[in-house]
Amino acid sequence: MFQVRIHGRGGQGVVTGAEMLSIAAFLGGRHAQAFPSFGSERTGAPVVAFCRMDDKEIRLRELIMQPDAIIIQDPTLLHQVDVFGGLKKDGYILINTSRSFSEMGLEEFVKDFRPERLLLVPASELAVKHVGRPLPNVPLLGAFAALCGLISLDAVLKAIEQKFSGAVAKGNQAAAKEAFESVMLQQQQVKETQDA
Amino acid sequence: MLEQCEGSHAVAQAVALSRPEVICAYPISPQTHIVEGLGELVKSGALQNCEFINVESEFAALSVAIGSSAAGARSYTATASQGLLFMAEAVYNASGLGLPIVMTVANRAIGAPINIWNDHTDSMSMRDAGWLQLFAETNQEALDLHIQAFRIAEELSLPVMVCMDGFILTHAYERVDMPNQAQVDQFLPPYEPRQVLDPNDPVTIGAMVGPEAFTEVRYLAHAKQMQALDLIPQVATEFKAIFGRDSGGLIKTYQTEDADTIVIALGSVLGTIKDTVDDLRAQGHKVGVLGITSYRPFPISAIRDATVRAERIVVIEKCFAVGVGGIVSRDVRSAVRNRPQPVYTVVAGLGGRPITKDSVNTLLLQAMSDKLDLLNFMDLDWSVVNRVLDREKASRRSGPVAEGVLRDLGTVHTRLS
Repeated sequence: MFQVRIHGRGGQGVVTGAEMLSIAAFLGGRHAQAFPSFGSERTGAPVVAFCRMDDKEIRLRELIMQPDAIIIQDPTLLHQVDVFGGLKKDGYILINTSRSFSEMGLEEFVKDFRPERLLLVPASELAVKHVGRPLPNVPLLGAFAALCGLISLDAVLKAIEQKFSGAVAKGNQAAAKEAFESVMLQQQQVKETQDA
Repeated sequence: MLEQCEGSHAVAQAVALSRPEVICAYPISPQTHIVEGLGELVKSGALQNCEFINVESEFAALSVAIGSSAAGARSYTATASQGLLFMAEAVYNASGLGLPIVMTVANRAIGAPINIWNDHTDSMSMRDAGWLQLFAETNQEALDLHIQAFRIAEELSLPVMVCMDGFILTHAYERVDMPNQAQVDQFLPPYEPRQVLDPNDPVTIGAMVGPEAFTEVRYLAHAKQMQALDLIPQVATEFKAIFGRDSGGLIKTYQTEDADTIVIALGSVLGTIKDTVDDLRAQGHKVGVLGITSYRPFPISAIRDATVRAERIVVIEKCFAVGVGGIVSRDVRSAVRNRPQPVYTVVAGLGGRPITKDSVNTLLLQAMSDKLDLLNFMDLDWSVVNRVLDREKASRRSGPVAEGVLRDLGTVHTRLS
């Protein structure tokens, strides 16, 4: 079982992000379960959503306390909420930011993690560019598909179609695609540098 | 067809496939996406021959359903939490009048203290109101149980409450196999009422009944629920023949054949318990799980038979009768009466407290060595409890309990100074 925890703020599409992730995993033939952290919903308040993926039926209903991957939609949560709580040492970290780990004060913290599983993506900027609003959830899913390969870009694009329609769907698809491709390119470059 | 969707959406589709003729609902909190989805289906014309009635309260929602059901329409509503309490008088009337309404209860806690999260206190408060109560373990089962509920309700002329865990199921996205209209039509014939308000053949429904006949009318309600003990498994068998799935029935067992310890629970927590049982089995512990699908009628014989070999029974329940203890466990004790096996009550998951595999594991290890009390509270923070009790001993004006607890925990500031 692979477990993902998404942190963000109310209004950033955190819950929708987890739901689309589960749809993408389902389209890839897996069992998936997505659910929000339940509470009073307020714009701007910290929100958590969860997604489990497995090749067999998922029966477990507890919150995800030892995630395999963390997606952070809002980097201002980094020093406010224990976003990395329980993350496995070989886990994935994906943060929506245009800054570096050292600029965010995380250089020491991420030293223990596998560098190829750490990823920073300016998802809000991509969303503004393609959708006109800083909703980072969809470009982060595109980036997540490239980062861990558990879901395909094609499945993400189809999941977007289930949640949105018309211009919003098209814009989100373009944002997811650009995020996916930029991460693939980045990883290719890192690989080439390592090989050289 | 397989689809990945929200629990509420799955249930809305199942209700729509059941061809309801009247849906009435009070559309604000506590409510779910279920009636929102149904409202959209009616408005778009996808659900034909159905009137969606927005009412002014939960009391009105069920009262309208009583009227429409008595007039011969297949009627549906949904509620949760305080909403169910607000319709309480009508809940008793619907069953007392023998009207086959189907109602979803998206299980939630009851205030005060105000709490919007999941537990079973709401539907448990109506357990003796004469409705059948079916509890869903997964979203697939919630979907299936709604289709079965109309069949069962109309066959018996009794209302059915389909209980599904609020948020944990209603808000969860997971895979469901959505049936098609032809399958549902094959399973669920059009509603043929046993009693109907028909101007061409007038009857009175809801006559006053005095001491000369009240006991008999009440007994007949009980007799119908006893008939349901045969009907519910029969409907589940017919359902399987058409839809190919095991859904519904009175109880479900998992690894119970050789189990020394059997855990009994209702609803979505069964999944977490089954995963824990798999781990304990791998370590050689003989543990099994019994899920109660039909809580009303309570399947005394089925539970008695399924637990005959067990040395002990652990009931994990998301509800609690203040001043006595467990609710489900008291019924279980009546099912296994005259047997030496202890029945441990474990109150868990109140007001949305997470029920983790770790906690269930610790609990079951204690149970297997009979180290539990008869009444236990999972993950209860005794330091918080004792602090309040000490404060009440020390000072007469100890203040409101809930706010005092929150202040001790430091999570919410209830005072400015």
